[in-house]
Amino acid sequence: MEILMCIVAGLLFAAAVYLMLSKSLLRIIIGTGLLSHGTHLMLLTMGGLKGGAVPVLGEHASLYTDPIPQALILTAIVISFGVTAVFLVIAYRAYQELGTDNMEQMRGMETDD
Amino acid sequence: MSLLHWAILAPFLMTLFVPFIHKRASVIHTGWFVLILPIVLFAVFLQYLPVTRMNSSITQTVAWIPSLDINFTAYIDGLSLLFALLITGIGALVVLYSVFYLSKTKEKLGHFYVYLLMFMGAMLGVVLSDNVITLYMFWEFTSISSFLLIAYWYDRERSRYGALKSMLITVFGGLMMLGGFLVLSLMGDTFSIRELAAQALELNEDPLFLLAMVLVLLGAFTKSAQFPFYIWLPDAMEAPTPVSAYLHSATMVKAGIYLVARFSPIFALSGYWFWIVGAVGLFTMTWASFNAVKQTDLKGILAFSTVSQLGLIMSLLGVGAASLHVETLDDHLYTAAIIAAVFHLINHATFKGSLFMVVGIIDHETGTRDIRKLGGLMSLMPVTFTLSVIGAFSMAGLPPFNGFLSKEMFFASMVHLLELDLFQMDTWAILFPVMAWIGSVFTFLYSMMIVFKVFTGRFQPEKLEKKPHEAPIGMLVSPIILALLVVVFGLFPNLLSYSLIQPAAAAIVPAILPPGGQLDVHISFWHGFKPELFMTIGVIVIGILLYKLMPKWIKIYDYMPGKVTLNQFYNASLYAAERGSNAITNAYMTGFIRSYLVYIFTFFIALLGFTMWAKGAFHYDASSAASIGLYEAGLVVVLAISIVTILLAKSRLTSIIALGAVGYTVSLFFVVFRAPDLALTQLVIETVSTALFLLCFYHLPALSRHNEKRRFQAGNALVAAGVGVIVTLIGISAHSSKFFPSINEYYIENTYKKAGGENMVNVILVDFRGFDTLFEITVLSVAALGIYGLIKLRIGKGGETNENQ
Amino acid sequence: MKTNDVIFQTVAKVVFFMIIFFAVHLFFAGHYYPGGGFVGGLLTSGALVLLLLAFDMKTVQRGFPVDFKWLIGIGLLFSIGTAAGSLLFNVPFFTHAYNYFQLPLFGKTSLHTAMLFDLGVYLVVIGVTMTIIQTIGESE
Repeated sequence: MEILMCIVAGLLFAAAVYLMLSKSLLRIIIGTGLLSHGTHLMLLTMGGLKGGAVPVLGEHASLYTDPIPQALILTAIVISFGVTAVFLVIAYRAYQELGTDNMEQMRGMETDD
Repeated sequence: MSLLHWAILAPFLMTLFVPFIHKRASVIHTGWFVLILPIVLFAVFLQYLPVTRMNSSITQTVAWIPSLDINFTAYIDGLSLLFALLITGIGALVVLYSVFYLSKTKEKLGHFYVYLLMFMGAMLGVVLSDNVITLYMFWEFTSISSFLLIAYWYDRERSRYGALKSMLITVFGGLMMLGGFLVLSLMGDTFSIRELAAQALELNEDPLFLLAMVLVLLGAFTKSAQFPFYIWLPDAMEAPTPVSAYLHSATMVKAGIYLVARFSPIFALSGYWFWIVGAVGLFTMTWASFNAVKQTDLKGILAFSTVSQLGLIMSLLGVGAASLHVETLDDHLYTAAIIAAVFHLINHATFKGSLFMVVGIIDHETGTRDIRKLGGLMSLMPVTFTLSVIGAFSMAGLPPFNGFLSKEMFFASMVHLLELDLFQMDTWAILFPVMAWIGSVFTFLYSMMIVFKVFTGRFQPEKLEKKPHEAPIGMLVSPIILALLVVVFGLFPNLLSYSLIQPAAAAIVPAILPPGGQLDVHISFWHGFKPELFMTIGVIVIGILLYKLMPKWIKIYDYMPGKVTLNQFYNASLYAAERGSNAITNAYMTGFIRSYLVYIFTFFIALLGFTMWAKGAFHYDASSAASIGLYEAGLVVVLAISIVTILLAKSRLTSIIALGAVGYTVSLFFVVFRAPDLALTQLVIETVSTALFLLCFYHLPALSRHNEKRRFQAGNALVAAGVGVIVTLIGISAHSSKFFPSINEYYIENTYKKAGGENMVNVILVDFRGFDTLFEITVLSVAALGIYGLIKLRIGKGGETNENQ
Repeated sequence: MKTNDVIFQTVAKVVFFMIIFFAVHLFFAGHYYPGGGFVGGLLTSGALVLLLLAFDMKTVQRGFPVDFKWLIGIGLLFSIGTAAGSLLFNVPFFTHAYNYFQLPLFGKTSLHTAMLFDLGVYLVVIGVTMTIIQTIGESE
């Protein structure tokens, strides 16, 4: 399962990077979103999967899954929400001010768009 | 903190008060207040005379960074004292002069005196520091204050150009010198100059010795405007004349001389030292005096003359090193060079200081410094004329002024080299006196030009901006004092012999002194019909001839190459450096975020891929992996489909929904992998995020590929695939190799015991790692306020949409 | 954003309270069962967003006359105050304390300073989410 999850994370990373390299602002933002998903899954995988019970003591299990990646990921999820929001607002303000969402036009380059 | 430390720091402390004094007491010229300090300091330093007379020294240490062996060690011996007296003495005269030179209503006096005091403190720091790092610090301080003073009239383009040039060249030299200091400290394992000098013999054997020497000399040569670095000094003449008199003739440019003198005990044993210092100095002297003659600006003449005189002192210090190699008691032949260097250093400060002030007066009273416009001022400015005669004749080496004495000693030292059979001197020695003599002829020439082109000849009032008249008495006081010194030192040189010259010279060549011994300083007017006397007579005869015939031969300067001068080289290399840096920066800083991301990702792929390959870091071990259930496999498929949908989506709605699908799938993964907190959070976040995206839809345009070319897409895909593969490989390797046990046992054990909770994730968040959470919510707050500002605050386009209105 | 969907509005009102209760439950349960300040706060904002979708911005603002930017500050003060409060008891920054009490109606309950910290997180998350959504929603 871990190997498969690594591949899934790699897939997410590749898609994210591809989107981030494109010219459209919206696709770049979506790319960052995918990147954080990939990171989260990767982190979780590194802690070992299905190695025990839910990390709540009420389960009275002998083995629990690793709680540390989970705590890290929880923080990361909320932060990436904030980041996505900031990106979105920057994007739409830039579009408002500059009248384009094309990264190449934004820096003042003439394109055939 | 001892008295010495306070003396160094006093000018810096004084700078704090200058702006207030300038503001509060604007009726009185700020210079009067500032004047007190150098006078007091001069008196303070005079008290050390009895100590250094005996060739002893005082060391005071204040710990600064003791762990690195960097301390603020003040050290005063004959050499340091001589310089300290010059700095404060000339400083006092210059401040006095500036009171009358700079108008209290028109000039920014607050700035001027702050810079000047900063320079004074820095210079004292240079000559009184024993620790090379402290010395370096003060050294750069002098460069900075010199920069500020040259650019004092910063609205003039020439000033800015000159300031930048001096800064670039001297700071370059300073950095080289720092390198030299570091090499020295590596060899000697100390930053103290005294301790380094104590192990001079061992240092001489070190393979890095020559490197250290060259680097230190680069610092000295740039500061003291030696060939080929002298080009900054003529441009530095854009500074106000008091500054030129102080920094660019009497003190700062002598910092290089000081450095050479101070490091003589360490380096002078080497033949390279003799050759480099001696030859560079002598060539500079001749070359600059030759160039001085073609100048038409009085300050230009003085600038080249300063370069030339500095070269003279430098060459004396170089050839004086020979004294260390001569075993016989006849060695005073060579120590005479050192003594001449010290003596000429003092003389130069007096006559050149007064000449600069005289030129300042001429400039001030006539409005020009161009010798082609000046003439016939003798009857209009009799005092100034007298002063310039004294200064210029001393510089030309005419009796009965002090310049004559030191010039004779200079000739004598050069002639003595003929008897030296060290360092291949038997072949080359003849060049030294010949060059010295040629240089002196031109020195005589430009000295005469300063006097006779300005004060005799036809008076041309129509070319002058002002109606010339004698300067106010206050402006004349300082040059009169200096001119008096020129005469007094000329007539009674032995006033200085054992009080200042001997201790300073002894500090330069301590190795040849027996314990408690003194150098034999003998300065006299008449010592028989020796070669040096004939050389002087020759200088005068040929000089007068050349001066008379000047219109006939002055054209030879036109044949000098105009395009390949050092200045052209400087300008061209500055231009090339700017253009080059600009081109390089523009080549990779495209302003297109994709370029930067490509750099980052390519580097990521290359570095990590290479490391993994080179170190054989890839492992594959699936033995401990969990099994793959049907449900999970289904999720993976859904995830993959969603990703592909995003990549191929033509409309923004499709891609947003697909992104939402990815998010929900991830939260289902969290459920499967026993992370209920994550699943819950991800679920809610995904909902809110989707709402956010939909909200922003009102403001964003439709999704467009913007005609991305095939090649563009292919390149992106390549980079993307590379990143994906590397991430996967790292993940697999990390999973397959466990080097350390997990730290989660601690949390599992203590969640209830120490924190009184049961949900480990939450307890980690709010208790064990509460700091993370605290900062996280802070970051979130910043993000929210940032968004608020981005949307609500509309500046630009006249700012009329500011919400506060 | 103006809708006149009566069914949606009526349902939203009911669902809003259900979500809020669930969110508060999650928040309080956080220390023992899955949940906590983050999820609680996000879910509460989710409920508010639902109202925003069903009604318009002004109506919601009238119902909840709260400036969410203030909520951020109050939440941060709660969190940092809890963390700094431990200094008053001469223990290191961020040391939490807890004890168990026998309360009427609730039975054996633990009271925990970590709860106060989490309350800060809860408030900040609501404040942040709502500030973002509101600001974007308001701007035309």
